[in-house]
Amino acid sequence: MAVPRIGVFICHCGTNIGGIVDVPQVVEYAKSLPYVAHAEANMYTCSEEGISSIKHAIKEYDLNRVVVASCTPRTHQPLFRNACADAGLNPYLFEFVNIREHCSWIHMQNRREATEKAKELVKMGVAKARWLDAQEEFESDVYPAAMVIGGGVAGMSAALNLANQGFEVHLVEKEPELGGRLLKLNRIFTINKDPRELVESIVKAVAGHSKIRLHMPAVVKAASGYIGNFDISVDEGGKEVSFKVGVIIVATGAQVLKPELYRYGELANVLTQLDLEQRLKDDKLGEFQNVVMINCVGARIPERPYCSRVCCMTAIKNAALMKEINPEAKVYVLYRDLMTYGVEFEEYYREAKGAGVRFIRYTPSNPPQVIGTEKVESVRVYDELMGMELELPCDLLVLATPLISNNDSEELSKMLKVPIGDGGFFLEAHIKLRPVEFAMDGIYVAGSCRWPADIRESIAQGYAAASEAAIPLRQGLVKVEAITATVDPKICKGCGTCALVCPFDAIELKESEIRGLEGKIVSEVNTALCKGCGLCAAACPNGAVQQRGFTDMQLLSMVNALSGKR
Amino acid sequence: MQDNKEVKTEFKPKILAFCCNWCAYAGADLAGVSRFQMPTDVRVIRVMCSGRVPPELIIRALANGLDGVMILGCHPGECHYSEGNYLTRRRAHVLKRLLSYIGIEPDRFQLGWVSAAEGAKFAAVVKETTDKITALGPNRWVDKK
Ligand SMILES: Cc1cc2nc3c(=O)[nH]c(=O)nc-3n(C[C@H](O)[C@H](O)[C@H](O)COP(=O)(O)OP(=O)(O)OC[C@H]3O[C@@H](n4cnc5c(N)ncnc54)[C@H](O)[C@@H]3O)c2cc1C
Ligand code: SF4
Ligand code: SF4
Ligand code: SF4
Ligand code: FES
Repeated sequence: MAVPRIGVFICHCGTNIGGIVDVPQVVEYAKSLPYVAHAEANMYTCSEEGISSIKHAIKEYDLNRVVVASCTPRTHQPLFRNACADAGLNPYLFEFVNIREHCSWIHMQNRREATEKAKELVKMGVAKARWLDAQEEFESDVYPAAMVIGGGVAGMSAALNLANQGFEVHLVEKEPELGGRLLKLNRIFTINKDPRELVESIVKAVAGHSKIRLHMPAVVKAASGYIGNFDISVDEGGKEVSFKVGVIIVATGAQVLKPELYRYGELANVLTQLDLEQRLKDDKLGEFQNVVMINCVGARIPERPYCSRVCCMTAIKNAALMKEINPEAKVYVLYRDLMTYGVEFEEYYREAKGAGVRFIRYTPSNPPQVIGTEKVESVRVYDELMGMELELPCDLLVLATPLISNNDSEELSKMLKVPIGDGGFFLEAHIKLRPVEFAMDGIYVAGSCRWPADIRESIAQGYAAASEAAIPLRQGLVKVEAITATVDPKICKGCGTCALVCPFDAIELKESEIRGLEGKIVSEVNTALCKGCGLCAAACPNGAVQQRGFTDMQLLSMVNALSGKR
Repeated sequence: MQDNKEVKTEFKPKILAFCCNWCAYAGADLAGVSRFQMPTDVRVIRVMCSGRVPPELIIRALANGLDGVMILGCHPGECHYSEGNYLTRRRAHVLKRLLSYIGIEPDRFQLGWVSAAEGAKFAAVVKETTDKITALGPNRWVDKK
């Protein structure tokens, strides 16, 4: 092995790291570590500039190991490994140190200690890097089929997109009907059409597609495996059905909050916007004269800080519709801020105003009050803009409540090993750069299970997820990370402990054919089956098995570095 | 030691956490993304599965003088490799007894389960363990030898 020449790249990540960790100090410290030939700071190591700086330094300083201290290997490792490969360095001679998620972001109040911690983490990374070896990757086949969970607009759009590209799709829908939330709506903004028209054409295309296998009503019971190779089992009307897929798209939508506010559930003339749509659709609304709508009910409050994005537009839509049904009616929308992003949304809002809907701004510190005993009779509200209190007669009170995550989203998150974030919505790999992928390879997300979204956005995300998912399907091969186990037949005593613990039956005891060891019973790893868990390496009493990238020596050197031992 | 008292109040433990890639490490990432603030004493080593960590490495870490070592993996039944964490759990029992046999407080070793979705739990585990190890005081095992 050539003498290690380690290059260390410490990322500011703008102010994400640099605002808390004293990056120049960490760079100076890195320079003092054994075998470090070069250390530098980057504003954004993952930017084009940062990447070319790594490539340049590899050549300039003749580096044979690279350490980047920045964010998390779960999102950025491939990028930096590729940078190494581009500069002619084997990508496995790269080590990641996490000083953002595991340091600056969780120690924002303590810059000094965060800096000390960052130094130690770098020291550990450098210690491991010294022992890295070059590795070759294996390729594994991608099973050319996809599973889409959820048959709303997002899921159906994704399924159709993949099916039209020629891939087999398993679409799993919990309810006995495709269409999701749209089946329950009365008309859709901003085109003011019956959602049936929209849904029916998509449902027809999905149901009649030769490449789409519909599982309905069905839920996913178990999922295991990895990109290219997932084993799925679904409960389809009480029957268990199993199949294999290469990729998974999650599009399970969201539910609507039923509030415990404004005497909802207690007084008969208090509805949510969803209830209102249902009644309009079923032609069961009856007479009304004075309609008051309240927005942000249970949204943008400390326990649920997010804006649900679709409810403002829903309120505007339905308020205008009330005017349309009964032009004599008085219709008020009490709002905090209006989410009318986009060209035609603002225009739609102006039209509602033109039609006579009155918009009144309230603040959460002074919320509207419901007056009435048997039913709502009026609503008292402090008009922020006019600076006075109004009492609005009311025979129909409609509450705009946010989309919230499904009750089973946590269960699904555990099964697929994908994270949920704020408010229980699924969390994509990177909020800006990877909007429809999970950090877990081969699993994608679309629609309102990811974050409240309107129909157009949900469809666009369905297409986006499908196009991302099509990449491994089309390539047909995925590279398997070179973290599989290897056995040194000279050390192996043939005890079989490793084979016993391997969950994938990847190890067999065999007579060695290696010269000098002929006939000796030794353990042999089948790399195609090995998933790189490292259980065997921890179990071998003789240290004969090593997991590539996580060898005993590599782990020990990190432990020693942290405890100040060489 | 004359400044013994001061040393005691200022004792900052050094704690190592082995986190499996699929659950605990992802949970730690999520804690970061969520900006959950926590004590600064824990350093994470990523392994693919909690079952990759051999007991002798834990003993080595404690014998080296680290004040605490954690293994954090997926919840039982949720290991990415199906059974790795069962192995870890079985080993942990034996390891605790072994530690007390050789004179290291067994509580210096902690085993925990954190899913990829449990950023808040990761923060809580870090806080709890830091408190526990701080209460135990510095690891004197090295001195005793
Ligand atoms: C009151 C109201 C009015 C709205 N009005 C409009 C409007 O006018 N215009 C507009 O653009 N948007 C509107 N929206 C938003 C619109 O409903 C969403 O954009 C759209 O429904 C999102 O589609 P989706 O496919 O993501 O989710 P959904 O439509 O919710 O579909 C999700 C599907 O997944 C299924 N599912 C859930 N969990 C599972 C599981 N575990 N396994 C299998 N299947 C599962 C569900 O049964 C459902 O079929 C409105 C929303 C509400 C609440
Ligand atoms: S979309 Fe409007 S009503 Fe809904 S939470 Fe956002 S601001 Fe409130
Ligand atoms: S556990 Fe170690 S010594 Fe035993 S068979 Fe496996 S590699 Fe060989
Ligand atoms: S690393 Fe895991 S899957 Fe691979 S041989 Fe060892 S125990 Fe089996
Ligand atoms: S992968 Fe997390 S414990 Fe095995």
